[in-house]
Amino acid sequence: MSASLDKGVAVLKEMIDAPIASYFESCVHCGLCAEACLFYTETGDPKYTPIHKLEPLRRIYEQEYTLLGRLAKLVGLSKPVTDDELEAWKELVYNSCTLCARCSLVCPVGNDIVYMVRKFREGMAVSGHAPDGLIGAVTRTIEIGSPMGVKLPAVQAQMKHVQDETGIEIPMDKEGAEYMVMLSSMEIMNFPEYLGAIAKIMKQAGKTWTLCSTAFEATNAGIQIGVSDLAKVIVNRIVEGAERLKVKTVISPECGHAYTALRWDGANLIGRPYTFKVLHILEVLDEFRSQGLLKTEGFETTRMTFHDPCQLGRRGGVVEQPRNLMNMVTKDFVEMDDPGKYNWCCGGGGGVSANEEAEELRLEVFKIKKRQLENVGAKTMVTACANCRIVLEEGLEHYQMDIPVVGLTELIAEHLAPDK
Amino acid sequence: MSRRPTVAEQLARQGVSRRAFLKFCAAAASLMALPPSMAPAIAEALGKLRRPSVIWLSFQECTGCTESLTRSHTPTVESLIFDMISLDYHHTLQAAAGTAAEQAREDAMKEAGYLVLVDGSIPTRDGGIYSTIAGVTNLQMLKDALANAAAVVSIGTCAAYGGIPKADPNPTGAKSVQALMDEGLVPRKPVINVPGCPPIPTVITGVLAHYLTFGEIPELDSLGRPTMFYGDSIHDRCYRRPFYDQGMFAKTFDDEGARKGWCLFELGCKGPTTHNACATTKWNNGTSFPIESGHGCIGCSEPDFWDAGSFYTALSAPADPLTLATSATVAGAAIGVGMSFVNRAKKGAAKSGHETATLKDLEK
Amino acid sequence: MNEVELLNWVRGPGLNIAIGIFLLGTIWRLFEIYSLGRKKDLSAPRHTAGASGWNTIARRSLAPPGMLKRSPISYIGGYVFHVGLAIVVFLFAPHIELIENLFGLSWPALPSQVVDLATVVTLAAMVLVLVDRINKPVKRYLSTVEDYFTWAVTFLPVLTGYMAVKHLLLPYTTMLALHILSVEILLVVLPFTKLFHVFTLFMSRWYNGQANAHKGVPV
Ligand code: SF4
Ligand code: SF4
Ligand code: SF4
Repeated sequence: MSASLDKGVAVLKEMIDAPIASYFESCVHCGLCAEACLFYTETGDPKYTPIHKLEPLRRIYEQEYTLLGRLAKLVGLSKPVTDDELEAWKELVYNSCTLCARCSLVCPVGNDIVYMVRKFREGMAVSGHAPDGLIGAVTRTIEIGSPMGVKLPAVQAQMKHVQDETGIEIPMDKEGAEYMVMLSSMEIMNFPEYLGAIAKIMKQAGKTWTLCSTAFEATNAGIQIGVSDLAKVIVNRIVEGAERLKVKTVISPECGHAYTALRWDGANLIGRPYTFKVLHILEVLDEFRSQGLLKTEGFETTRMTFHDPCQLGRRGGVVEQPRNLMNMVTKDFVEMDDPGKYNWCCGGGGGVSANEEAEELRLEVFKIKKRQLENVGAKTMVTACANCRIVLEEGLEHYQMDIPVVGLTELIAEHLAPDK
Repeated sequence: MSRRPTVAEQLARQGVSRRAFLKFCAAAASLMALPPSMAPAIAEALGKLRRPSVIWLSFQECTGCTESLTRSHTPTVESLIFDMISLDYHHTLQAAAGTAAEQAREDAMKEAGYLVLVDGSIPTRDGGIYSTIAGVTNLQMLKDALANAAAVVSIGTCAAYGGIPKADPNPTGAKSVQALMDEGLVPRKPVINVPGCPPIPTVITGVLAHYLTFGEIPELDSLGRPTMFYGDSIHDRCYRRPFYDQGMFAKTFDDEGARKGWCLFELGCKGPTTHNACATTKWNNGTSFPIESGHGCIGCSEPDFWDAGSFYTALSAPADPLTLATSATVAGAAIGVGMSFVNRAKKGAAKSGHETATLKDLEK
Repeated sequence: MNEVELLNWVRGPGLNIAIGIFLLGTIWRLFEIYSLGRKKDLSAPRHTAGASGWNTIARRSLAPPGMLKRSPISYIGGYVFHVGLAIVVFLFAPHIELIENLFGLSWPALPSQVVDLATVVTLAAMVLVLVDRINKPVKRYLSTVEDYFTWAVTFLPVLTGYMAVKHLLLPYTTMLALHILSVEILLVVLPFTKLFHVFTLFMSRWYNGQANAHKGVPV
C-alpha cells in the first residue's frame, strides 16, 4: 500500500489556491464558526472549532507559499507537519465534520471553511489518514459499483418488484429518454418506495425516462473521502451512461452528496461542462408542479416539518422547491428554527454516517435535531436525502423519539391523483 | 590686577540707588518664581558679590541673541545685570577691537572661575575652519576659554542645541557646546542652556541673576534648561488654550477663526511641544508674544526645530512621510511578483508530478 | 533621546520607515496571496437574486440569524470597536488634517467631545473583547501570542492618542510621540499578522459569495 506523507503534502500543494490563502490570512480567531458547528455546540469542546480542523493545512500553506513561512520553516520556527499530527487530525477532519457548510455561512470575514475541509481531505486521504469506513465505501464503489456493494441484479430485482406492484414498466437503457434517473444504494436497499414513486410521477407527467445499467448509483464516496481522482472515476460512469443514452437531464436521487457530486463537482472532475442537465428530483417535481404536470389529492393532517439536507439547501440552492411541494400535500407544515440555508445538519453527512469511529459523536450531536424537533412539535419529519433519513431515524431511535421520517418524493407519490 | 569692586560698590559708583537696586532684585525674584520676601536676600547676596568676570564668545551665529539682549528698556534689569558682572570680552559690544580685544580675553582667562557665555554653534568639519576669530577657530577658542571656567551658559538655540547652522545638511559640522563636551572635544564644565532663537532678554538676565545670587546652577530639565523659565510649554500657558480645548481652530491666517483669536494648532503652532517663557514673560517689555500677534509658535527653543517640518504644518501632521513610498511600493511589488513566480512554479511542479490516486494510495 | 527628538523622529524618519514597510508588506502580501489563482468552476451555474460576491461582502457585516444570541460579545463588542476605530481614525480633526496634508482629501470632522466619547467607548469595547477572548473557551483555545499582540498594537494607538489629547500621565509632547510611534508599530506589523484581514476580508467574502452564488445560494 502506498499512502505517504509526501503524497499528501504534494496533493495539498496542488489544492492550495488563492481563496484558501485569502481565508487563512483573513481569520481573526473570533471563534464564531464554532458557534455554527453542531460538533461544537453540542459538545462544548473547542477542538471542534471549524477553523481549527484545518490547522495542519494552514501550516502547509504558510510554509510552502509565503516567504515568511518559508523562512520560519528554514530556521526551525515553524515545524513541518508530521504523520502523527495528521493522524491526530483525522478525528477532526473526518469524524467531526459533515461538510455541512454552516461554518462557511457565518464566518464574519467570509471564510468558506468547508471548501478548505474538502480540500484538506485530499491530502489526508493519500497520506493514509482517512477512516476505514470511508475507505471501505470508496473501495466498494470503485470495485463493485456502489458503496453498499449493490450490484445490477439487485436493481433489476427492485425493478421487477416495483413493476409487479405498480403495473408500470420500469425502463432501462432506453436511448433518447428525456430523463435518466439515478438511485442511491440506500434507496435500493432501504427505501424501495422511491423507484415506485418515480415511476408513478413520470407516468402522470407523461415524461420519458430510463435507468442506466452502467450507471445507476449516484452516490460518490470519492467526494466524501476527498480523492478527486477516484471521484472522477465514479462520476465518469454517469457521464458516459448519460451521453450514451443521449438523455437531456440526469436526475439526482434524494441524496445530498450525490447531488453535490453530480451537479457541482462532476464537470470540474472531468474537466469539461456536461452535455446534459443535472437536476435534483425535487427540482424536477417542482418543475412538473409549476407546469401543472403534477397533480395530487388529499392532505396529510399530522404536523410535519422538513429537514433541509445540507447539500441540497445550503450547498445546492434547492430551498424553495421542497416548500412548494410540502404545501401541496400537507395541511400542518411547520418550519423548524433556522430553516432553509441555515438548517442544522443531521450529523451524518460528509461520510460521517459511513464511519463507525464517528458513531458515538454523531449520536451526541444529534441533540440539536432533537431540540429543534421538540421545539416545533412535529409528528413526522420529511426530508429529501436517503442518508439524512437513515441518520435521522437512528438518532430518533437513540433518543427514543417516535417520529417517522419520510422522503418527500415518496410523500408526493402517495398523494398522486389517480389517472383519469 | 586690581581687586574687583563688589556689585554694591559698582552700583554706588554708577549712581544706582539702593531703592532701584531692590526693585531690580524684586523683579529678579519674581522672574525666578521666588517669594518677594527673597528680594532683600538677593540684594544682599548680589551686593556682596565681586563682579565676576564674564567672557562672552560669539561663534557661528547671527548676533540675534545679542540683539535680543540689547533690546531692553530702561531702567533695564539687563543693564543692571551687566553692571553687576564684568563683561570682559564680547566682540560685538566691546569698544576694543583687533589685538586689544583678544588681549582682553586672554587677560580675563588668567584668573580661574570666570563664567563663559556662548552664543552660536561651533563648526567642527574640516578642523573647524568655517568660523575663526583672529585666526583662531571657534573650537580652539572654546577649548581654551573652558579650561579655567567655572561654568558655561549657552545662550540661544545655536549654542544650546546647534540651531540653524546645524540644520540639515549641516555643511559646517556645527555642534552645540554640550555636544562638544559629550564628545570630549572641549573640557567638561557645568552647562546652562538658555535656548531660544533668540532667547527672551529677561530670561538671559534672570538665569544670570540666579547664578550670581545662589552661586549655583539652577534646576535644569532633561535638555539642560532652567526649569524656572522652561518648565511649562507654551501651550500650557497659552491664552488661546480654551479654544484648543474646545476644538476651535483657525484654518487660515485670515479666516473668521483667526480674527476671533482661535487656536493656531492647525496652522502649525508648535506651542504644545515647545518649552519657553514667551507666554508668561512675553517680548518687547512684556508687550506680547508671537501667538498674540496671530502667528503660531515655531518651537525655536527646542532642539532641531528647523528640521521638524514646516512651521505651518500642524504638529499632528507628519513632516514628509511619503518619501519612501515609491521605492517601498516597487520593492513590495518585486517581492510579491517574485513570490508569485516561485509559487506558480512550485504549484505547477506539484501538478505535473501528480500521480493519479488509486485505491492503493489510501492506506499505508 | 529626549521627547522632542523622539517626536521629530516619529513624525519624520520613523513615519517614513513605517509607511514604507506598510506599503512594501501590503503589496508583497497581496501578490503572494492572490497570485495563487483558482480554477474556473465548470458546472452549470444557477442564478438566484441576492447571490453574488458583492452581496456577500455587504451581507457578512451583519450577524446571521441566531448568532447574535450565541456570541453577543463578539458581535456587539466587535461592531462597537470597529465602528469606534473608524470614527476615531477618520473623523477626528487632526487626523483629517493629516490626510488632507498627504492626499489632499478632506471631509468634515466630528466635534472633539464626540470623538472623545467614541474613544472611550472603543477602548472599553476592546477591553471587553479581550476579556471575552480570555474567558470564552473557544476563543482562548484558538488564541496565540499573535492574537494578544495584535490586540495590544491596536489598543495602544487609541490609548496613547486619548492620553495625549487629555494630557494624562505624560507631557503632551511625549504622549504625542508615543501615539505616533504606536501607530507606526501598527502599520509595520499589519501586513504580517492577522491584522491583514483589513484587506483580505473583502476578497475572502467575495470568493465565498461568488462560489456559492454559482450554486444559487446567497451566503
Ligand atoms: S462543515 Fe459543518 S460540520 Fe464541518 S466544520 Fe463546518 S459547521 Fe462543522
Ligand atoms: S469564524 Fe472565521 S474568522 Fe472567526 S475563527 Fe472561524 S474562520 Fe476564523
Ligand atoms: S495657539 Fe498654539 S500654544 Fe496656543 S493653544 Fe493653540 S496650539 Fe497651543
